[in-house]
Amino acid sequence: MDNNSTSQHISQQFDEEMENLRNKVLKMGGLVEQQITGAIEALQNTNAPGAEKVILRDHKVNSLEVKIDEACIQILARRQPAASDLRMVIAVIKTITDLERIGDEAEKIAKMALNLAEDDVSFHNRYSGVRHLGEGVKRMVHDVLDAYARLDVDAAIKVVRDDEVVDSDYQELMRTLVTYMMEDPRRISEVLDIIWAARSLERIGDHAKNISEYIIYLVRGKDIRHLDIEEVEKDILSD
Amino acid sequence: MTDTITTTIDESLMKGSAASDTDEICLQVNSLNLFYGESQALTDISFEMKKNRVTAFIGPSGCGKSTLLRCFNRMNDLVDSVRVTGEIILDDKNIYAPDIDVTALRQRVGMVFQKPNPFPMSIFENVAYGLRLQGINKRRHLEEKVEWALKGSALWEEVKDRLDESALGLSGGQQQRLVIARAIAIEPEILLLDEPASALDPISTLKIEELIYELKSQYTILIVTHNMQQAARVSDETAFMYLGEMIEFGETNRIFTNPEKQQTEDYITGRYG
Repeated sequence: MDNNSTSQHISQQFDEEMENLRNKVLKMGGLVEQQITGAIEALQNTNAPGAEKVILRDHKVNSLEVKIDEACIQILARRQPAASDLRMVIAVIKTITDLERIGDEAEKIAKMALNLAEDDVSFHNRYSGVRHLGEGVKRMVHDVLDAYARLDVDAAIKVVRDDEVVDSDYQELMRTLVTYMMEDPRRISEVLDIIWAARSLERIGDHAKNISEYIIYLVRGKDIRHLDIEEVEKDILSD
Repeated sequence: MTDTITTTIDESLMKGSAASDTDEICLQVNSLNLFYGESQALTDISFEMKKNRVTAFIGPSGCGKSTLLRCFNRMNDLVDSVRVTGEIILDDKNIYAPDIDVTALRQRVGMVFQKPNPFPMSIFENVAYGLRLQGINKRRHLEEKVEWALKGSALWEEVKDRLDESALGLSGGQQQRLVIARAIAIEPEILLLDEPASALDPISTLKIEELIYELKSQYTILIVTHNMQQAARVSDETAFMYLGEMIEFGETNRIFTNPEKQQTEDYITGRYG
Protein backbone atom coordinates (compact mmCIF):
# COMPACT_ATOMS: atom_id res chain seq x y z
CA MET A 1 0.00 0.00 0.00
CA ASP A 2 1.39 3.37 -0.93
CA ASN A 3 -0.51 5.29 1.68
CA ASN A 4 2.32 6.38 3.89
CA SER A 5 1.25 9.77 5.01
CA THR A 6 1.38 10.04 8.76
CA SER A 7 -1.88 11.95 8.76
CA GLN A 8 -5.57 11.07 8.37
CA HIS A 9 -5.83 8.93 11.49
CA ILE A 10 -9.10 9.19 13.32
CA SER A 11 -6.95 9.88 16.38
CA GLN A 12 -5.35 13.28 15.77
CA GLN A 13 -3.02 12.66 18.63
CA PHE A 14 -1.64 9.62 16.80
CA ASP A 15 -1.14 11.79 13.70
CA GLU A 16 0.88 14.19 15.81
CA GLU A 17 2.97 11.43 17.35
CA MET A 18 3.81 9.96 13.95
CA GLU A 19 4.57 13.38 12.45
CA ASN A 20 6.76 14.16 15.42
CA LEU A 21 8.63 10.89 14.94
CA ARG A 22 9.23 11.66 11.28
CA ASN A 23 10.50 15.14 12.07
CA LYS A 24 12.88 13.85 14.71
CA VAL A 25 14.37 11.34 12.25
CA LEU A 26 14.81 14.10 9.67
CA LYS A 27 16.47 16.25 12.31
CA MET A 28 18.81 13.41 13.25
CA GLY A 29 19.53 12.86 9.56
CA GLY A 30 20.38 16.54 9.12
CA LEU A 31 22.72 16.42 12.08
CA VAL A 32 24.45 13.30 10.80
CA GLU A 33 24.88 14.87 7.36
CA GLN A 34 26.48 17.87 9.02
CA GLN A 35 28.83 15.54 10.91
CA ILE A 36 29.98 13.81 7.72
CA THR A 37 30.53 17.09 5.93
CA GLY A 38 32.48 18.41 8.90
CA ALA A 39 34.58 15.26 9.20
CA ILE A 40 35.46 15.12 5.51
CA GLU A 41 36.33 18.81 5.49
CA ALA A 42 38.53 18.37 8.56
CA LEU A 43 40.28 15.44 6.89
CA GLN A 44 40.96 17.18 3.60
CA ASN A 45 42.18 20.42 5.17
CA THR A 46 43.75 18.74 8.20
CA ASN A 47 41.63 21.12 10.20
CA ALA A 48 42.10 20.16 13.87
CA PRO A 49 39.51 22.54 15.39
CA GLY A 50 36.97 21.36 12.81
CA ALA A 51 37.68 17.73 13.68
CA GLU A 52 37.29 18.46 17.39
CA LYS A 53 33.91 20.06 16.78
CA VAL A 54 32.72 16.91 15.02
CA ILE A 55 33.94 14.72 17.86
CA LEU A 56 32.25 16.90 20.48
CA ARG A 57 28.96 16.90 18.57
CA ASP A 58 28.63 13.11 18.32
CA HIS A 59 26.83 12.91 21.67
CA LYS A 60 23.97 14.93 20.13
CA VAL A 61 23.44 12.22 17.53
CA ASN A 62 23.52 9.57 20.24
CA SER A 63 21.00 11.33 22.42
CA LEU A 64 18.62 11.79 19.47
CA GLU A 65 18.83 8.05 18.84
CA VAL A 66 17.82 7.35 22.43
CA LYS A 67 14.96 9.85 22.29
CA ILE A 68 13.58 8.50 19.02
CA ASP A 69 13.85 4.93 20.25
CA GLU A 70 11.83 5.89 23.29
CA ALA A 71 9.17 7.56 21.13
CA CYS A 72 8.93 4.38 19.00
CA ILE A 73 8.53 2.17 22.07
CA GLN A 74 5.76 4.43 23.37
CA ILE A 75 3.91 4.24 20.07
CA LEU A 76 4.24 0.45 19.95
CA ALA A 77 3.03 0.10 23.53
CA ARG A 78 0.17 2.57 23.37
CA ARG A 79 -1.04 2.48 19.77
CA GLN A 80 -0.31 -1.04 18.54
CA PRO A 81 0.24 0.30 15.03
CA ALA A 82 -0.58 -1.91 12.04
CA ALA A 83 0.26 -2.03 8.34
CA SER A 84 2.00 1.14 7.06
CA ASP A 85 2.09 2.65 10.56
CA LEU A 86 3.79 -0.46 11.89
CA ARG A 87 6.24 -0.48 9.01
CA MET A 88 6.97 3.20 9.64
CA VAL A 89 7.83 2.62 13.29
CA ILE A 90 9.96 -0.45 12.51
CA ALA A 91 11.75 1.39 9.69
CA VAL A 92 12.44 4.31 12.03
CA ILE A 93 13.89 2.04 14.73
CA LYS A 94 16.23 0.50 12.18
CA THR A 95 17.06 3.75 10.38
CA ILE A 96 18.22 5.54 13.50
CA THR A 97 20.55 2.66 14.38
CA ASP A 98 22.26 3.15 11.04
CA LEU A 99 22.22 6.93 11.41
CA GLU A 100 23.89 6.62 14.79
CA ARG A 101 26.56 4.39 13.30
CA ILE A 102 27.12 6.87 10.47
CA GLY A 103 27.66 9.41 13.25
CA ASP A 104 30.25 7.10 14.85
CA GLU A 105 32.07 6.69 11.53
CA ALA A 106 32.13 10.46 11.08
CA GLU A 107 33.68 10.72 14.52
CA LYS A 108 36.33 8.15 13.54
CA ILE A 109 37.15 10.13 10.39
CA ALA A 110 37.48 13.25 12.52
CA LYS A 111 39.89 11.40 14.82
CA MET A 112 42.01 10.41 11.84
CA ALA A 113 41.97 14.05 10.74
CA LEU A 114 43.25 14.99 14.22
CA ASN A 115 46.03 12.39 13.96
CA LEU A 116 47.12 13.77 10.62
CA ALA A 117 47.00 17.31 11.97
CA GLU A 118 49.07 16.39 15.02
CA ASP A 119 51.71 14.75 12.81
CA ASP A 120 51.62 17.90 10.71
CA VAL A 121 50.76 15.97 7.56
CA SER A 122 48.96 17.85 4.84
CA PHE A 123 46.33 16.16 2.75
CA HIS A 124 48.29 15.47 -0.42
CA ASN A 125 46.89 15.46 -3.87
CA ARG A 126 47.81 11.81 -3.91
CA TYR A 127 44.84 11.28 -1.62
CA SER A 128 42.38 12.67 -4.13
CA GLY A 129 40.82 9.19 -4.28
CA VAL A 130 39.65 9.73 -0.69
CA ARG A 131 38.16 13.07 -1.66
CA HIS A 132 36.30 11.38 -4.48
CA LEU A 133 35.06 8.62 -2.16
CA GLY A 134 33.98 11.25 0.38
CA GLU A 135 31.98 13.15 -2.23
CA GLY A 136 30.24 9.96 -3.34
CA VAL A 137 29.34 8.94 0.20
CA LYS A 138 28.16 12.42 1.16
CA ARG A 139 25.84 12.42 -1.84
CA MET A 140 24.51 8.97 -0.92
CA VAL A 141 23.62 10.09 2.60
CA HIS A 142 22.03 13.26 1.29
CA ASP A 143 20.01 11.33 -1.30
CA VAL A 144 18.86 8.68 1.13
CA LEU A 145 17.61 11.28 3.61
CA ASP A 146 15.83 12.99 0.77
CA ALA A 147 14.29 9.67 -0.27
CA TYR A 148 13.18 9.12 3.31
CA ALA A 149 11.58 12.56 3.52
CA ARG A 150 9.70 12.01 0.26
CA LEU A 151 9.20 8.24 0.67
CA ASP A 152 10.66 7.91 -2.80
CA VAL A 153 11.32 4.28 -3.73
CA ASP A 154 13.09 5.08 -7.01
CA ALA A 155 15.50 7.39 -5.25
CA ALA A 156 16.11 4.71 -2.61
CA ILE A 157 16.93 2.13 -5.27
CA LYS A 158 19.36 4.58 -6.83
CA VAL A 159 21.20 4.82 -3.50
CA VAL A 160 21.48 1.02 -3.36
CA ARG A 161 23.03 1.23 -6.85
CA ASP A 162 25.36 4.04 -5.81
CA ASP A 163 26.74 1.87 -3.03
CA GLU A 164 28.12 -0.53 -5.64
CA VAL A 165 30.08 2.35 -7.15
CA VAL A 166 31.36 3.46 -3.75
CA ASP A 167 32.44 -0.11 -2.95
CA SER A 168 34.42 -0.42 -6.15
CA ASP A 169 35.96 3.04 -5.69
CA TYR A 170 36.99 1.95 -2.21
CA GLN A 171 38.66 -1.22 -3.53
CA GLU A 172 40.59 0.76 -6.08
CA LEU A 173 41.65 3.31 -3.48
CA MET A 174 42.90 0.52 -1.19
CA ARG A 175 45.12 -0.83 -3.94
CA THR A 176 46.57 2.62 -4.53
CA LEU A 177 47.19 3.24 -0.84
CA VAL A 178 48.92 -0.11 -0.39
CA THR A 179 51.18 0.80 -3.30
CA TYR A 180 52.05 4.10 -1.58
CA MET A 181 53.03 2.26 1.57
CA MET A 182 55.29 -0.10 -0.34
CA GLU A 183 56.88 2.78 -2.21
CA ASP A 184 57.53 4.88 0.84
CA PRO A 185 57.56 2.96 4.15
CA ARG A 186 58.18 6.19 6.10
CA ARG A 187 54.63 7.20 5.30
CA ILE A 188 53.02 3.98 6.52
CA SER A 189 51.56 5.54 9.65
CA GLU A 190 50.09 8.43 7.67
CA VAL A 191 48.65 6.17 4.97
CA LEU A 192 47.16 3.90 7.62
CA ASP A 193 45.22 6.85 9.01
CA ILE A 194 43.96 7.56 5.52
CA ILE A 195 43.02 3.89 5.11
CA TRP A 196 40.98 4.01 8.34
CA ALA A 197 39.21 7.12 7.17
CA ALA A 198 38.47 5.54 3.77
CA ARG A 199 37.20 2.44 5.54
CA SER A 200 34.80 4.62 7.58
CA LEU A 201 33.57 6.33 4.42
CA GLU A 202 32.88 2.98 2.83
CA ARG A 203 30.97 1.88 5.94
CA ILE A 204 28.87 5.06 5.80
CA GLY A 205 27.92 4.07 2.26
CA ASP A 206 26.78 0.66 3.57
CA HIS A 207 24.65 2.31 6.25
CA ALA A 208 23.07 4.63 3.67
CA LYS A 209 22.27 1.56 1.59
CA ASN A 210 20.66 -0.10 4.63
CA ILE A 211 18.46 2.94 5.14
CA SER A 212 17.36 2.76 1.48
CA GLU A 213 16.28 -0.80 2.11
CA TYR A 214 14.19 0.28 5.10
CA ILE A 215 12.55 2.97 2.95
CA ILE A 216 11.57 0.36 0.37
CA TYR A 217 10.20 -1.85 3.17
CA LEU A 218 8.31 1.09 4.61
CA VAL A 219 6.71 2.14 1.34
CA ARG A 220 6.21 -1.20 -0.38
CA GLY A 221 6.23 -3.69 2.49
CA LYS A 222 8.98 -5.65 0.75
CA ASP A 223 12.13 -6.77 2.48
CA ILE A 224 14.86 -6.55 -0.14
CA ARG A 225 17.84 -7.14 2.12
CA HIS A 226 20.31 -9.69 0.81
CA LEU A 227 18.56 -9.88 -2.54
CA ASP A 228 20.02 -9.33 -5.95
CA ILE A 229 19.56 -5.68 -6.95
CA GLU A 230 18.66 -6.54 -10.55
CA GLU A 231 15.77 -8.70 -9.38
CA VAL A 232 14.69 -6.15 -6.81
CA GLU A 233 14.52 -3.44 -9.46
CA LYS A 234 12.47 -5.65 -11.75
CA ASP A 235 10.19 -6.62 -8.91
CA ILE A 236 9.68 -3.10 -7.56
CA LEU A 237 9.31 -1.43 -10.93
CA SER A 238 6.80 -4.02 -12.11
CA ASP A 239 4.44 -3.08 -9.23
CA MET B 1 20.92 -33.94 14.18
CA THR B 2 21.46 -30.38 15.33
CA ASP B 3 20.72 -29.24 11.80
CA THR B 4 17.38 -31.00 11.79
CA ILE B 5 16.38 -29.38 15.07
CA THR B 6 17.35 -25.93 13.87
CA THR B 7 15.42 -26.39 10.65
CA THR B 8 12.33 -27.49 12.53
CA ILE B 9 12.49 -24.50 14.84
CA ASP B 10 13.06 -22.14 11.93
CA GLU B 11 10.12 -23.55 10.05
CA SER B 12 7.79 -23.33 13.00
CA LEU B 13 8.91 -19.73 13.54
CA MET B 14 8.31 -18.89 9.92
CA LYS B 15 4.84 -20.34 10.06
CA GLY B 16 3.98 -18.22 13.06
CA SER B 17 0.51 -18.89 14.35
CA ALA B 18 -0.38 -21.01 11.34
CA ALA B 19 0.39 -24.23 13.14
CA SER B 20 -1.84 -26.34 10.96
CA ASP B 21 -0.10 -28.61 8.53
CA THR B 22 -3.16 -29.38 6.46
CA ASP B 23 -4.27 -27.30 3.53
CA GLU B 24 -7.51 -29.17 3.16
CA ILE B 25 -10.42 -26.92 2.28
CA CYS B 26 -13.17 -26.97 4.89
CA LEU B 27 -15.64 -24.46 3.55
CA GLN B 28 -15.96 -22.93 0.15
CA VAL B 29 -18.12 -19.90 -0.51
CA ASN B 30 -19.15 -19.22 -4.11
CA SER B 31 -20.77 -15.95 -5.23
CA LEU B 32 -22.82 -15.61 -2.09
CA ASN B 33 -25.45 -12.85 -2.06
CA LEU B 34 -27.84 -12.16 0.77
CA PHE B 35 -30.88 -9.87 0.74
CA TYR B 36 -33.01 -8.63 3.60
CA GLY B 37 -36.14 -7.93 1.58
CA GLU B 38 -35.06 -5.42 -1.04
CA SER B 39 -31.76 -4.42 0.50
CA GLN B 40 -28.66 -6.40 -0.25
CA ALA B 41 -26.52 -7.20 2.82
CA LEU B 42 -23.87 -9.38 1.20
CA THR B 43 -22.59 -8.94 -2.33
CA ASP B 44 -20.86 -11.60 -4.39
CA ILE B 45 -18.71 -13.17 -1.71
CA SER B 46 -16.33 -15.94 -2.73
CA PHE B 47 -13.47 -17.42 -0.75
CA GLU B 48 -12.40 -20.65 0.87
CA MET B 49 -11.42 -21.57 4.39
CA LYS B 50 -8.87 -24.19 5.27
CA LYS B 51 -9.44 -26.88 7.83
CA ASN B 52 -8.13 -26.36 11.36
CA ARG B 53 -7.50 -22.70 10.80
CA VAL B 54 -8.91 -19.65 12.50
CA THR B 55 -10.43 -17.14 10.12
CA ALA B 56 -11.27 -13.69 11.50
CA PHE B 57 -13.85 -11.37 9.97
CA ILE B 58 -13.21 -7.70 10.60
CA GLY B 59 -14.89 -4.54 9.37
CA PRO B 60 -16.96 -1.61 10.60
CA SER B 61 -20.41 -2.08 12.13
CA GLY B 62 -23.02 -3.05 9.59
CA CYS B 63 -20.51 -4.35 7.05
CA GLY B 64 -22.16 -7.77 7.02
CA LYS B 65 -19.64 -9.83 8.93
CA SER B 66 -22.15 -11.23 11.44
CA THR B 67 -24.64 -11.80 8.62
CA LEU B 68 -21.98 -13.76 6.75
CA LEU B 69 -21.11 -15.78 9.86
CA ARG B 70 -24.77 -16.68 10.30
CA CYS B 71 -24.87 -18.04 6.77
CA PHE B 72 -22.63 -20.92 7.77
CA ASN B 73 -25.20 -22.55 10.02
CA ARG B 74 -28.21 -21.00 8.27
CA MET B 75 -29.15 -18.92 11.27
CA ASN B 76 -30.40 -16.32 8.80
CA ASP B 77 -33.20 -18.72 7.89
CA LEU B 78 -34.84 -17.64 11.14
CA VAL B 79 -35.21 -14.09 9.81
CA ASP B 80 -38.22 -13.49 7.59
CA SER B 81 -37.62 -11.98 4.16
CA VAL B 82 -34.05 -13.25 3.92
CA ARG B 83 -33.06 -14.51 0.52
CA VAL B 84 -29.72 -16.16 -0.23
CA THR B 85 -28.18 -16.90 -3.62
CA GLY B 86 -24.89 -18.59 -4.36
CA GLU B 87 -23.52 -21.54 -2.45
CA ILE B 88 -21.53 -22.59 0.58
CA ILE B 89 -19.88 -25.94 0.05
CA LEU B 90 -19.21 -28.13 3.06
CA ASP B 91 -17.97 -31.63 2.23
CA ASP B 92 -18.90 -31.35 -1.45
CA LYS B 93 -22.49 -30.35 -0.61
CA ASN B 94 -24.09 -26.96 -0.85
CA ILE B 95 -25.56 -26.26 2.59
CA TYR B 96 -28.28 -24.21 0.89
CA ALA B 97 -29.39 -27.17 -1.23
CA PRO B 98 -33.09 -28.02 -0.66
CA ASP B 99 -32.39 -31.50 0.70
CA ILE B 100 -30.13 -30.30 3.54
CA ASP B 101 -31.22 -31.18 7.08
CA VAL B 102 -30.67 -27.88 8.87
CA THR B 103 -30.66 -29.44 12.34
CA ALA B 104 -27.93 -31.86 11.29
CA LEU B 105 -26.04 -28.92 9.76
CA ARG B 106 -26.20 -26.99 13.04
CA GLN B 107 -24.79 -29.99 14.86
CA ARG B 108 -21.79 -29.82 12.59
CA VAL B 109 -21.51 -26.05 12.81
CA GLY B 110 -21.67 -24.79 16.40
CA MET B 111 -22.14 -21.17 17.34
CA VAL B 112 -21.25 -18.91 20.27
CA PHE B 113 -22.67 -15.42 20.65
CA GLN B 114 -21.45 -12.10 21.94
CA LYS B 115 -23.32 -12.26 25.24
CA PRO B 116 -22.90 -15.51 27.09
CA ASN B 117 -26.33 -17.17 27.10
CA PRO B 118 -26.26 -20.01 29.61
CA PHE B 119 -29.62 -21.70 30.18
CA PRO B 120 -31.13 -21.24 33.64
CA MET B 121 -30.12 -24.69 34.78
CA SER B 122 -27.09 -26.35 36.37
CA ILE B 123 -23.62 -26.16 34.87
CA PHE B 124 -23.79 -29.86 34.09
CA GLU B 125 -27.17 -29.65 32.38
CA ASN B 126 -26.07 -26.69 30.29
CA VAL B 127 -23.31 -28.74 28.71
CA ALA B 128 -25.42 -31.91 28.54
CA TYR B 129 -28.30 -30.07 26.83
CA GLY B 130 -27.22 -30.65 23.25
CA LEU B 131 -26.26 -34.23 24.01
CA ARG B 132 -29.70 -34.98 25.44
CA LEU B 133 -31.22 -33.50 22.28
CA GLN B 134 -29.13 -36.01 20.36
CA GLY B 135 -30.75 -38.75 22.41
CA ILE B 136 -27.82 -39.45 24.70
CA ASN B 137 -29.31 -40.09 28.16
CA LYS B 138 -26.99 -42.54 29.90
CA ARG B 139 -25.62 -40.76 32.96
CA ARG B 140 -22.17 -42.34 32.62
CA HIS B 141 -21.87 -41.32 28.97
CA LEU B 142 -23.13 -37.79 29.69
CA GLU B 143 -20.67 -37.38 32.57
CA GLU B 144 -17.78 -38.36 30.35
CA LYS B 145 -18.80 -35.99 27.57
CA VAL B 146 -19.47 -33.07 29.92
CA GLU B 147 -16.09 -33.48 31.59
CA TRP B 148 -14.41 -33.68 28.18
CA ALA B 149 -16.16 -30.55 26.91
CA LEU B 150 -15.46 -28.56 30.08
CA LYS B 151 -11.81 -29.55 29.94
CA GLY B 152 -11.77 -28.59 26.27
CA SER B 153 -13.08 -25.15 27.09
CA ALA B 154 -10.60 -24.76 29.97
CA LEU B 155 -13.34 -24.46 32.57
CA TRP B 156 -13.20 -27.89 34.24
CA GLU B 157 -10.76 -26.98 37.03
CA GLU B 158 -12.92 -24.02 38.05
CA VAL B 159 -16.28 -25.80 38.13
CA LYS B 160 -15.66 -29.52 38.73
CA ASP B 161 -16.78 -29.29 42.39
CA ARG B 162 -19.99 -27.43 41.66
CA LEU B 163 -21.42 -28.95 38.53
CA ASP B 164 -24.90 -29.02 40.06
CA GLU B 165 -24.95 -25.31 40.85
CA SER B 166 -26.75 -22.87 38.60
CA ALA B 167 -24.77 -21.70 35.58
CA LEU B 168 -26.07 -18.19 36.18
CA GLY B 169 -23.78 -17.91 39.23
CA LEU B 170 -20.66 -18.06 37.06
CA SER B 171 -18.72 -14.95 36.06
CA GLY B 172 -19.13 -13.58 32.54
CA GLY B 173 -15.86 -15.11 31.37
CA GLN B 174 -16.77 -18.46 32.89
CA GLN B 175 -20.25 -18.31 31.34
CA GLN B 176 -18.71 -17.69 27.92
CA ARG B 177 -16.40 -20.68 28.33
CA LEU B 178 -19.41 -22.71 29.51
CA VAL B 179 -21.26 -21.78 26.34
CA ILE B 180 -18.24 -22.83 24.30
CA ALA B 181 -18.23 -26.15 26.23
CA ARG B 182 -21.91 -26.55 25.33
CA ALA B 183 -21.07 -25.88 21.69
CA ILE B 184 -18.18 -28.36 21.52
CA ALA B 185 -19.93 -31.08 23.57
CA ILE B 186 -21.80 -32.23 20.48
CA GLU B 187 -18.48 -32.32 18.63
CA PRO B 188 -19.13 -29.97 15.73
CA GLU B 189 -16.56 -29.61 12.97
CA ILE B 190 -16.84 -25.87 12.72
CA LEU B 191 -17.20 -23.25 15.44
CA LEU B 192 -18.70 -19.86 14.70
CA LEU B 193 -17.77 -17.23 17.27
CA ASP B 194 -19.63 -13.93 17.06
CA GLU B 195 -17.75 -11.40 19.17
CA PRO B 196 -17.06 -14.06 21.79
CA ALA B 197 -14.99 -11.82 24.05
CA SER B 198 -16.42 -8.35 23.58
CA ALA B 199 -18.41 -8.46 26.81
CA LEU B 200 -15.51 -9.84 28.85
CA ASP B 201 -12.70 -8.37 30.93
CA PRO B 202 -9.13 -8.51 29.54
CA ILE B 203 -8.08 -11.61 31.50
CA SER B 204 -11.18 -13.59 30.48
CA THR B 205 -10.60 -12.36 26.94
CA LEU B 206 -7.07 -13.77 26.96
CA LYS B 207 -8.42 -17.08 28.29
CA ILE B 208 -10.90 -17.24 25.42
CA GLU B 209 -8.16 -16.41 22.94
CA GLU B 210 -5.93 -19.10 24.39
CA LEU B 211 -8.86 -21.48 24.13
CA ILE B 212 -9.36 -20.60 20.46
CA TYR B 213 -5.71 -21.41 19.84
CA GLU B 214 -6.11 -24.80 21.53
CA LEU B 215 -9.42 -25.61 19.87
CA LYS B 216 -8.19 -25.06 16.35
CA SER B 217 -6.31 -28.35 16.33
CA GLN B 218 -9.73 -30.02 16.35
CA TYR B 219 -12.07 -27.47 14.81
CA THR B 220 -12.20 -24.96 12.03
CA ILE B 221 -12.99 -21.66 13.67
CA LEU B 222 -14.63 -18.54 12.25
CA ILE B 223 -14.59 -15.49 14.46
CA VAL B 224 -16.19 -12.09 14.09
CA THR B 225 -14.49 -9.41 16.13
CA HIS B 226 -14.42 -5.65 16.44
CA ASN B 227 -11.11 -5.85 18.19
CA MET B 228 -8.46 -5.77 15.50
CA GLN B 229 -5.66 -6.69 17.84
CA GLN B 230 -7.69 -9.73 18.77
CA ALA B 231 -8.06 -10.72 15.13
CA ALA B 232 -4.31 -10.24 14.71
CA ARG B 233 -3.60 -12.37 17.78
CA VAL B 234 -5.90 -15.33 17.22
CA SER B 235 -6.42 -15.78 13.51
CA ASP B 236 -4.45 -17.44 10.74
CA GLU B 237 -6.43 -15.71 8.04
CA THR B 238 -8.32 -12.46 8.04
CA ALA B 239 -11.18 -11.22 5.90
CA PHE B 240 -11.88 -7.50 5.76
CA MET B 241 -15.46 -6.64 4.90
CA TYR B 242 -16.98 -3.32 3.99
CA LEU B 243 -20.55 -2.50 2.95
CA GLY B 244 -21.42 -6.15 2.39
CA GLU B 245 -18.41 -6.90 0.23
CA MET B 246 -15.30 -8.83 1.04
CA ILE B 247 -12.62 -6.30 0.25
CA GLU B 248 -9.62 -8.42 1.10
CA PHE B 249 -8.96 -11.92 2.34
CA GLY B 250 -5.54 -13.32 3.16
CA GLU B 251 -3.03 -14.45 5.70
CA THR B 252 -3.30 -12.48 8.92
CA ASN B 253 0.46 -11.92 8.96
CA ARG B 254 0.24 -10.16 5.63
CA ILE B 255 -3.03 -8.29 6.18
CA PHE B 256 -1.69 -6.65 9.33
CA THR B 257 1.72 -5.73 7.93
CA ASN B 258 1.15 -5.10 4.26
CA PRO B 259 -2.46 -5.17 3.06
CA GLU B 260 -3.08 -4.90 -0.67
CA LYS B 261 -6.18 -2.74 -0.65
CA GLN B 262 -6.32 0.87 0.42
CA GLN B 263 -9.61 0.34 2.27
CA THR B 264 -8.10 -2.43 4.37
CA GLU B 265 -5.10 -0.25 5.12
CA ASP B 266 -7.30 2.65 6.19
CA TYR B 267 -9.43 0.47 8.43
CA ILE B 268 -6.68 -1.36 10.28
CA THR B 269 -4.56 1.74 10.76
CA GLY B 270 -7.55 3.68 12.04
CA ARG B 271 -7.79 6.23 9.24
CA TYR B 272 -10.77 7.92 7.67
CA GLY B 273 -12.06 5.66 4.95
